[in-house]
Amino acid sequence: MITIYVPRDTTACALGADAVADAISAQAAQRDISLQIIRTGSRGLFWLETLVEVATDQGRRAFGPVEASDVGALFDAGFYEGKGDKLALGLSEEIPYLKNQQRLNFARAGIVDPLSIDDYKSQGGYAGLSRALAMQPQAIVDEVKESGLRGRGGAAFPAGIKWQTVLDTPAAQKYIVCNADEGDSGTFADRLLMEADPYQLIEGMTIAGLGTGATQGYIYLRSEYPKAFSVLKTALANAYAAGYLGSNVAGSGKHFDLEVRLGAGAYICGEETSLLDSLEGKRGMVRAKPPLPAIVGLFGQPTVINNVLTLATISSIFEKGAAHYKSLGVGRSIGTLPMQLAGNIKRGGIVELAFGSTLRSLLEDFGAGTASGKPIKAVQVGGPLGAYLPASALDISLDYESFAAASAMLGHGGVVVFDDSVDMLEQARFAMEFCVVESCGKCTPCRVGSTRGVEVLDKIRAGEQRDDNLILLEELCETMEYGSLCAMGGLTPFPVRSAIKHFPEEFGG
Amino acid sequence: MLQYYEPEKDYGTPPSLSTETVTLNIDGVDIDVPEGTSVMRAAAEAGIKVPKLCATDSLEVFGSCRMCMVEIEGRKGYPASCTTPAENGMVVNTQTDKVAKLRRNVMELYISDHPLDCLTCPTNGNCELQDTAGEVGLRDVRYGYAGNNHLDAEKDESNPYFTFDPSKCIVCSRCVRACEETQGTFALTIDGRGFESKVSPGQNEDFMDSECVSCGACVAACPTATLTENTIIKLGQPEHSVITTCAYCGVGCAFKAEMRGNTVVNMTPWKDGKANEGHACVKGRFAFGYATHQDRITSPMVRDNIEDEWREVSWDEAFAFAAKRLRGIQEKYGNNSIGAISSSRCTNEEVWLVQKLVRAGFGNNNIDTCARVCHSPTGYGLKTTLGESAGTQSFASVAQTDVVMVMGSNPTDAHPVFASRLKRRLREGAKLIVVDPRKIELVAAPHVKADHHLQVRPGTNVAFINAMAHVIIDEGLEAKDFIAERCETPAFEQWRAFISDAKHSPEATESITGIAAADIRSAARLFATGGNAAIYYGLGVTEHSQGSTTVMGVANLAMLTGNIGREGVGVNPMRGQNNVQGSCDMGSFPHELPGYRHISDASTRALFENDWNVSLDPEPGLRIPNMFDAAIDGEFKGLYCHGEDIAQSDPNTHHVEAALSSLECLVVQDLFLNETAKFAHVFLPGSSFLEKDGTFTNAERRISPVRQAMPPKAGLADWEATMGLAKALGVDMHYDHPSEIMDEIARLTPTFTNVSFDKLDAAGSIQWPCNEETPDGTPTMHINEFVRGKGFFAVTEYVPTDERANRKFPLLLTTGRILSQYNVGAQTRRTENNQWHSEDILELHPHDAEERGIKDGDWAGIKSRVGDTVLRAKVSENIQPGVVYTTFHFPESGANVITTDNSDWATNCPEYKVTAVEISKVTAPSAWQERQQAFNEQQQGLLKKARKHETTSPAG
Ligand SMILES: Cc1cc2nc3c(=O)[nH]c(=O)nc-3n(C[C@H](O)[C@H](O)[C@H](O)COP(=O)(O)O)c2cc1C
Ligand code: SF4
Ligand code: SF4
Ligand code: SF4
Ligand code: SF4
Ligand code: FES
Repeated sequence: MITIYVPRDTTACALGADAVADAISAQAAQRDISLQIIRTGSRGLFWLETLVEVATDQGRRAFGPVEASDVGALFDAGFYEGKGDKLALGLSEEIPYLKNQQRLNFARAGIVDPLSIDDYKSQGGYAGLSRALAMQPQAIVDEVKESGLRGRGGAAFPAGIKWQTVLDTPAAQKYIVCNADEGDSGTFADRLLMEADPYQLIEGMTIAGLGTGATQGYIYLRSEYPKAFSVLKTALANAYAAGYLGSNVAGSGKHFDLEVRLGAGAYICGEETSLLDSLEGKRGMVRAKPPLPAIVGLFGQPTVINNVLTLATISSIFEKGAAHYKSLGVGRSIGTLPMQLAGNIKRGGIVELAFGSTLRSLLEDFGAGTASGKPIKAVQVGGPLGAYLPASALDISLDYESFAAASAMLGHGGVVVFDDSVDMLEQARFAMEFCVVESCGKCTPCRVGSTRGVEVLDKIRAGEQRDDNLILLEELCETMEYGSLCAMGGLTPFPVRSAIKHFPEEFGG
Repeated sequence: MLQYYEPEKDYGTPPSLSTETVTLNIDGVDIDVPEGTSVMRAAAEAGIKVPKLCATDSLEVFGSCRMCMVEIEGRKGYPASCTTPAENGMVVNTQTDKVAKLRRNVMELYISDHPLDCLTCPTNGNCELQDTAGEVGLRDVRYGYAGNNHLDAEKDESNPYFTFDPSKCIVCSRCVRACEETQGTFALTIDGRGFESKVSPGQNEDFMDSECVSCGACVAACPTATLTENTIIKLGQPEHSVITTCAYCGVGCAFKAEMRGNTVVNMTPWKDGKANEGHACVKGRFAFGYATHQDRITSPMVRDNIEDEWREVSWDEAFAFAAKRLRGIQEKYGNNSIGAISSSRCTNEEVWLVQKLVRAGFGNNNIDTCARVCHSPTGYGLKTTLGESAGTQSFASVAQTDVVMVMGSNPTDAHPVFASRLKRRLREGAKLIVVDPRKIELVAAPHVKADHHLQVRPGTNVAFINAMAHVIIDEGLEAKDFIAERCETPAFEQWRAFISDAKHSPEATESITGIAAADIRSAARLFATGGNAAIYYGLGVTEHSQGSTTVMGVANLAMLTGNIGREGVGVNPMRGQNNVQGSCDMGSFPHELPGYRHISDASTRALFENDWNVSLDPEPGLRIPNMFDAAIDGEFKGLYCHGEDIAQSDPNTHHVEAALSSLECLVVQDLFLNETAKFAHVFLPGSSFLEKDGTFTNAERRISPVRQAMPPKAGLADWEATMGLAKALGVDMHYDHPSEIMDEIARLTPTFTNVSFDKLDAAGSIQWPCNEETPDGTPTMHINEFVRGKGFFAVTEYVPTDERANRKFPLLLTTGRILSQYNVGAQTRRTENNQWHSEDILELHPHDAEERGIKDGDWAGIKSRVGDTVLRAKVSENIQPGVVYTTFHFPESGANVITTDNSDWATNCPEYKVTAVEISKVTAPSAWQERQQAFNEQQQGLLKKARKHETTSPAG
C-alpha cells in the first residue's frame, strides 16, 4: 500500500493543502492506484508548503511546494513511488532547512498523524509520563529544575522554580494553565505544535499536574485558532478514551483533568494574570503581583501558568532525561528554541535550534534573505514588544543573555524581517499605537502614556520642538518601562528606543 | 465628639490580621508590622506618607496608579509599595531622585487628561489628585492639553444625591471596587480598554437606570471630584464634623456628620464605626434632608378637640395644657386611665425618661413601645431559651460563618449594611439557606446564590423549624457534647421526645410548609454539619401568631447544633428600628423594668423606688393593643405618644382609629404631623437625631453615641420636652445633660453598670453587657455558659394560625420593606428617596393575576375580613402562587386597614405577615382611602391655619 502524507495545519491549508489532498485522491481513483493519504501536521517548512511526502524504503521523499494543479503531472512522473524530478526535494530528512535544525519540540511534527496516540507513542510519546508516574512530586520538580528549562512565553523564567512554589503551597485545588494565547505577531510555534503534535502538550501538562499536585488543567487557546481548537478537542477526547486523562491516569490511580478554553481575543489576555481573569469568566485585566499566580492563581488557587512550548518540552525532558536537555544550548540558555521566521523573508517557517547559533545564520542560512530581495534593514525579534536590531547587529548569538545585553529580547522566538524600505519612526509609532490598542487600561503609564507616545512621535515627525520632544519621549519611555504594572507597557519602550538608537537620523537626530 | 473637619487617615491597604511580625526599615526607621502588611501601610503606620491614588485602606490592593513606587535595596526596578508586602530585613527608600521623577512624570500623564479647574471644583481642598500633584511637585505638563482627552465627557446627574463627572475621572477603579467589595452590588464596571477605559454603571446606562442602590460607597471611595455628593457641590466643603449614629435602621451605622455651621453638608460613614466600618446605605448616607424639611413642626401646639384648629403656644403652655388634661383624666377615670408609648427612634436616655415619667409620674406601668409590633417575640423567646433578650453576636461575626440561614428577613433592603458584610462572606464561599416565601434579593444576587431557598408558606414557620430539628435528631447530627454540657438535660430529653415524633418530620409537614422534604433534609444536614452556622432572622419570624414559638425554635436549632457562644455562629434578630433594642433595654414594657426585670420583683422595684424617691406600682400595665381596647371600652383616655405613628403602623387601622378618636387627651411628640397627630390634642415638636445628645443601641447590643450637630429646631430636644412635661405633672426630674441620664441608667441597670458618655466617646461604642466582669463590653454572648445558666430547649408545638386562606379570602398577604423607604416613611418620604419608590405596590404571582384579570399597573382591590384598600399591582415571579406581598411605607396605602389584630400568643406582636385576602381588579380607591384623604386634607388645613411662619426649606 502506498502512503502519502499531506499536512493539514492552518498554514498548509491556507496554501491549498486540502485541495492538493483531494486532487491526489481523485487522481489515484482515476488511475486506479491504491494509496492512503495521511494528514499530518506540518514540518513547519512553510516556504515549501504544500509539502507532500511519500513513504519509500529509504524514508520519506518530499515534493513541494505542490499546488493542486501540479498533482496530475506528479502522478505522471510517478511521485507516488518516490519517482520523478518535478518539485522533488529528495529525502525529507535531508532537506538542509530541516536537517540542520535540532528538533525536540518539533521532532514529530509532520511525521505523525497528530490525532493518533499510537503514532505518538511509536515516536517516544508517553515514555516521559510513565517515568514521571514512578516519581514523587518533588523528584519531578527537581528534574525540571535540573533540566534548566526556562519559560518560552517571553520572560524566560525558570519553570522548575515556578513549579516548586506551586508544589509548596498547600491548597485543596491547584491548577495547570497552558498559555496558548500566542498573540505576538509573526509567531506560530505554539499553534503548529498543537496542530502537529498535541499529545506532547497534553503529556507535558499531565506531568506538571503530577509534579505540583494539580488535578485540573486548562489550555487557554487563542480564539483565532479554530483548527488547533478542533485538533485539541479530539486529542483530549482520545486521551481520555485511552485512559491518559481522568481519574486514573495510565492506570496509576492519579488524577488529572484537562480542558481547552477559547480565549477572549485580546493581546493582553496572553499576559498571565489577565489570562487568569479571562479564564474565570471576567474581563481580562492585569493583576498586581504579588501575589504570584503560583500562590494565588486561578480562582485564587495555586496555579502553574506556562507557555505551550514550555509544557511540551516537559515531555521530552522526561522522555530523554534532564541531562540530555542540559547538553543543548549555551550558558543559562538551555535546550532549544523554535524560532519563527516571518515578515519579509524568503524562506519562512519554524527553525528549532539549540541556543547559541546566530541571528545571521538564521536569516541567511535558513531564511535566505528578504523575500523582496532588498537588503535587510532591521529585524524585530521577540514579537511586537521586542527591540529592533539593525543589519549591523546580525551576528548576535541567539541566547537570552546576549539579547538582554543588547537591550533586546528573544521572547517567544518570533523574528520579523524588514528591508530597507521600512520607515523606523513609523515603526516606533506603531509600537506606541499597538500599546494604545492593546493596553488593558489598568495602569496610568501604559493607558495614558501610550497615547501621549503616539502624539509626541507625531510632533517629532512634524518637526515640532524636536529636541524637547525627543527628551520627553525618552522620559516617557522610562516612565512606561519602570512605572507600568505589566510588561505590555513595560516593554513598549524597547522597540521605540531601539529604533531611535539604531536609526537616529530618521528621528531628525 | 466635635472635631475640625479632616479626612480620616488612610493607610492605603487593609490591615493584615497575621499574628507574625516582620521588621523592616523604611527611610531609616525600623518598623514592626504584622506579616502581610504592605510596605505602604507599614510606612503610613510609621507616619511616612507615600503618594498614592488607587489605594485606600477600605479596598483590596489594586496597584494601578503607580504613584506609590519606592526603592527597595536589592530589588530591581521601582516596586509599588501598595502591592509589595513588607518582609523581614527589607530596606525601603520612599523618596529618591529617581522615584520622585517617575512619580512626577506619571502625574504629568494624569494631568495631561484632566480639566484645570481646581478653583471651581467642588472637591477643591479635599481632592487626592490635587494633593498628590502637590506632593510630587508637578510644575509643568509638557504634553500640552491638546492631545486626546476626556474633557468633554458628559456628566451623569441622574442620581438625586450625587453627580458623576467623568471628565475628572482618573480610572483608578476605586468606585468599581467599592461597589463590588464594600457594597456587593457590582453595578459599576470599567468599559473599554486602554485610553478608552471608562467607568460605566451597568451596560453603559446612567446611574439611576443601573443596578446602583445609591449606597454612596463609590462616592466615598472616589479620590477626585468625579463622584461627588450634590450637597458638597451645592454647599462646599465642610469645616467641622460630629461623630454620630444613623437614626434609621437597627444596623446603627456610625457617621461623621460633616458640617458648615449648623448645616449638614455630608453624612460620611465613619471608618472606625464598628457596626458599619465605613459603609452606609442610601438612607443614612443621603436621606437626611427631612431634618430640615418644611413640614417639620417647630412650635408646640394645642387644641381642645380634634376638629379644632391648632393653636401655636409656648412650651410651658403646652406642658401645662397637657398636664392639666392628663391629671384631670386620672382624677375622673382612675390612675390607670393614662399611659405612654415610647419611641424606638429616640435615644436610650429619652426612652428612659418616658418610662420613668409613666412609672414615677403617672403612677402605673402603662408603657409600651413599638417593639410590641416587631420584636417582642424575640425578647420572650430568647429570654426563655438563652436567658437574654438580645442577639448573640456582633455583625462582624458573620465573617467567620460557614453556613448562613436567613429566615424571614430581607437584609439587602431592610439591613443593607449588614447585607453587604453578609454578601462578602457569601462571595468568599459561605453557604446560604434562605427561608422566605418571597424570592428575596439574596436568593440570587451578583456572585451570590442561595444553596437552598425554602419557600415556606406564610404562617407555617414553626412546622418548618421543627422539621429542621427533627431531621437533625433523626439523623443523629446533633451536637451531643454541647447539649450535654451546656443545656438542661431534662428539658432537652422532653423536647427530644417531642421533636422525634414523626408528625414533625419534613415528610409529614411537607403539605403544611409547602417545602419538599428532601430540601429540608438537605438544608438541615448542611446547617448541622457545614461548620460555623448562624441564623439571622427578622420580622418574618416574629410577626406571627406563633412568633415567640418560632424564636424559641430558632434558639433550639442553634443549641442543638452547638452553634452558640463563639464567633461565627449564633442567633441574630435583625432588629428594625435604630433603637428598638435600646427601647426594650430601657424598660418600655408594661411588665418589665429596665434590664428586663419583672415589675413584680420587689427588690428590683426597691432599687428604683430608692433612686427615684417614689413608690412603684407592682402590677404590670397595659400593652398597646390593650390600651386600644381599653380606650374603646372608655377606660383609657389619655396617651403620651412619643415619636411613634401608631395610626399608620399598627394593625387593623379601623380599630386603632376608633381607639384614638375616643381619647380625651392625646399628646403626640414627633417631627411631623403624622397620622397619629391628626387625632392629637397636644403636639410637642420633636427633635431629629442631629439635634440632640444621647445613645442608640443597635441589633448587636452596641450602644453608640448620638451627638448634637445643630440646635433643636423647636428649641428643646426630646429629652428636655419630656422633662418639661414631667415637671408640669409635678414629677421631680431634672438633668442638665443626657450624660446624667446615662449615669442613672448605669446605676440602675446591671448590664449597663460601666457605661458612660466619656467611655463611649473614648471607645466609639460599647456592646452591653458592660459591667465589672466585662468592662469593655460583650461582643459575643453565652460564651461559656448561657445567661440563664443552662440552655433551655422549649417545646414548640405547631398551631396553625386562625388566619387561613379560605374560599372567601384565598390568598395570603405578607408585608415587607424596601431599601429606599423607611417604615412609615415619615422621614424618607420627605427626601429624594421617593425617586426609587413613590408608592406601595402589591406584588402577585402571574397565576393569581391572570385568574383575576389583573395586569401590571392595574389597580387591585385588597379585601381582608377587617377591611379593604386599593394598591397598584405588579405581576412578579418573586413570590409563590397563593401569596401576595406589599410594603407599608405610605399612609394612603392603608396596608394596615387590612391587617388583622391576630397576634403572637405570648407577646401580642401582631400577625402582620399573614392576612387572608382576596384581590380583585378595581377602578377607584377604597372607601377608607377616600375617608383618609378627606381627613388628611381637613387636618392639614387645621395645621396650615395655625402656622404663622414657614420653616426653611431643606438643604439639598
Ligand atoms: C502583554 C503580554 C502578552 C503576553 N502574551 C503571551 C502569549 O500570548 N503567550 C504566552 O505564552 N505568554 C505570553 N505572555 C507571557 C505570560 O505573561 C507569561 O509570562 C507566560 O505565560 C509564562 O509562561 P512561561 O513561563 O512558560 O513562559 C505575555 C506577556 C505580556 C506582558
Ligand atoms: S502595562 Fe498596560 S496592559 Fe499592563 S497593566 Fe498597565 S495598562 Fe494594563
Ligand atoms: S452608589 Fe453604591 S451601589 Fe451605586 S454604584 Fe456606587 S457603590 Fe455601587
Ligand atoms: S470615578 Fe473616581 S473612583 Fe471611579 S475610577 Fe474615576 S476617579 Fe476613580
Ligand atoms: S439605615 Fe441602617 S444600614 Fe442604612 S445607614 Fe442607617 S443604620 Fe446603616
Ligand atoms: S497606590 Fe500603589 S499603585 Fe496606586
